[in-house]
Amino acid sequence: MAKMNMIQALNSALDNMMEKDPNVVSFGEDAGYFGGVFRVTAGLQEKYGLDRSFDAPINEAAIVAMAIGMGVKGMRPVAEIQFADYIFPGLDQIVSELSRIRYRTAGQFTTPVTIRTPCGGGIRGGQTHSMSPEAFFTQIPGVQVVMPSNPYDAKGLLISAIESDDPVIFFEPKRLYNGPFDGDPGKALETWGKHPKGEVPEEHYSLPIGKAEVVREGNDVSIITYGTLVHVALAAAEREGIDAEIIDLKTLVPYDIETIAKSVNKTGRCIVAQEAPRTSGFGAELAAQIQEECFYALETPIYRIAGWDTPYPHAHEWAYFPGLTRFTTAMREVLEA
Amino acid sequence: MTQSDPRFHVPAPHARPGDTPDFSHIEIPPAGEARKPAVDIDGSETRDLALGLVRVLDHNHQAVGEWDPKLDADVLREGLKHMVLTRVYDDRMLKLQRQGKMSFYMKSTGEEAVAVAAAMALDNKDMIFPSYRQQGILFARGRDIVDMMCHCISNSRDNLKGRQLPVHYTWAEGNFFSISGNLTTQFPQAVGYAMACQFKGEKQIAASWIGEGSSAEGDFHGALVLASTYKAPVILNVVNNQWAISTFQGVARGQGNTFAEKGLGYGLASLRIDGNDFLAVYAATQWAAERARAGHGATIIESFTYRADAHSTSDDPSGYRPKAEEEKWPLGDPVERLKQHLIGLGEWDEERHEALEKELNELVIASYKEAESHGTLHDGPLSPTHTIFEDVYVEPDWRLRRQRQDLGV
Repeated sequence: MAKMNMIQALNSALDNMMEKDPNVVSFGEDAGYFGGVFRVTAGLQEKYGLDRSFDAPINEAAIVAMAIGMGVKGMRPVAEIQFADYIFPGLDQIVSELSRIRYRTAGQFTTPVTIRTPCGGGIRGGQTHSMSPEAFFTQIPGVQVVMPSNPYDAKGLLISAIESDDPVIFFEPKRLYNGPFDGDPGKALETWGKHPKGEVPEEHYSLPIGKAEVVREGNDVSIITYGTLVHVALAAAEREGIDAEIIDLKTLVPYDIETIAKSVNKTGRCIVAQEAPRTSGFGAELAAQIQEECFYALETPIYRIAGWDTPYPHAHEWAYFPGLTRFTTAMREVLEA
Repeated sequence: MTQSDPRFHVPAPHARPGDTPDFSHIEIPPAGEARKPAVDIDGSETRDLALGLVRVLDHNHQAVGEWDPKLDADVLREGLKHMVLTRVYDDRMLKLQRQGKMSFYMKSTGEEAVAVAAAMALDNKDMIFPSYRQQGILFARGRDIVDMMCHCISNSRDNLKGRQLPVHYTWAEGNFFSISGNLTTQFPQAVGYAMACQFKGEKQIAASWIGEGSSAEGDFHGALVLASTYKAPVILNVVNNQWAISTFQGVARGQGNTFAEKGLGYGLASLRIDGNDFLAVYAATQWAAERARAGHGATIIESFTYRADAHSTSDDPSGYRPKAEEEKWPLGDPVERLKQHLIGLGEWDEERHEALEKELNELVIASYKEAESHGTLHDGPLSPTHTIFEDVYVEPDWRLRRQRQDLGV
């Protein structure tokens, strides 16, 4: 075991996979020589050579298309899109191509491609460096959608993503790269140093895609969330002394309905939380599915925590970000209802 | 139609319905005039070839000039056979579509040489990233006609399990990638594939085709940037058949002179060739393939041709171009030109040609009978319904398993 932050854990996953499988290559804007603007691919070019880790032109459609072509030829490309906000020029290649190659060729060709991309706010990134566009990608049959919330999961899930024969959109909540974040921007920065999930094996291991984790057991309310908000939910429950059960989804497609339903059937109360705008967000899917599965166990309506239906503001970032207050308000409302 | 402000410019073709077809503005340099450089030439030194027109067959149907690939008569006859088969197949499939046997069809009439000659000049291992009008490649690579038809009528033997529109073939065994239907997406994918060939140290290359209209897509730029940046072993073909459905080529070409010329800005070897000249297409593809295999990078080839029929069975060209315009096309018909060339060589004659057409026509008719015995879209049998839930992922997850149950299959 070693102490790693999420950047180091992701780097370690790439390192393990590039060592293990010569078909794994990594590329993206600034992702080669320099090692990426967040340093996730640092040192890989030096260690594995120019043809295994290289810089790509600023053209997200071309980056995804290049990965598709390489995947079809039997490689396992890992493409970095520098910010999730920049993924949209590549959307056609993801929606119409990457996701459907297996289907439209009836399995004659496949695209074992991983697209890594930093997402989410909390770093003063303004409207073009803060988005959480994960829900868009859950509407695309054929791709898996993953978003870890800590270094240990990030490494194990990235390895699974690269090893998967199906494409994966791998969201990295960038506010968590250097430490957990409880939603209070006034506090001094925490590191992963003291966090149990900052203990990461240096060797290869994988975590299953599609499996959620109960990160806090409780009996009074289930909070279903993923990414940065997992830490905010935990902090809110601690601060309020509420017996909340908190589930870190980790995978959005396919999400772990079994773990979710088991929890909600136990607690009878449910909050779904996302950083993305509220309307048609992933929380809406969760709420709909949970009421189908758990309707008779529910004692109160499902409560949605989300970003506002506005672009991500710069100066008023903390008015937008679903922080501690939004969680404590939600828990009180659900418990008092 | 008047234009109120001369600063606002919308280009228009030379002739519209009711006008006399007029191609007098098209400059056709003599066959044999273009030089054939060494395959390691700098892309920037191909300007004359990007602006000119590589032609081998002259107006007397004789092969002239440096680009003459000097093919054996057997190879020429084989090419002719594949082109005639493509045409006969297209004509039959159109009729069948009109009879309601399939939902949709797209012919490649007039563009047979673009596909067939290129396929024959490539190695069969080279990967094809086609658009929807290169069915000639499948014939040249020997794909089973019954299989092709089974796909088009979406029956129980369709190798794509009824998931794709007719004509959107995939044939992995023949190194023929999937046809998207979204335009130009395959262009940068082909570059990625070619890069992977290079990465793996293989001699295989990739070739892709788009139409001139869809060269306006961003993926065109992306493909050329990638091909140029990574010096990928790929051939990027732009089939300029003059019409993107109803939109004439000027709407995508803009103020540029040719589509091949666009490659120069990226430093790519750029050729503009007579797409109705089997020998020119063969020679240019062979040159570009040799260049790619030797590590000198990508080539963009504009095949100058004419879409002699409708865009698809959902299109009626009489609404936007003069009737019988195809008959006035100054570069003639690719099948007729190769046929006359062979006759001129004393290697072919009208009788044999007629016999070939008859034989292939019978083959296509018999193939359709067999294809139909495996079902049709209209009457079935189709692939079993539950297969719609397969191949979305390696294994269906709980959502797909439940949805299959919901559908009751």
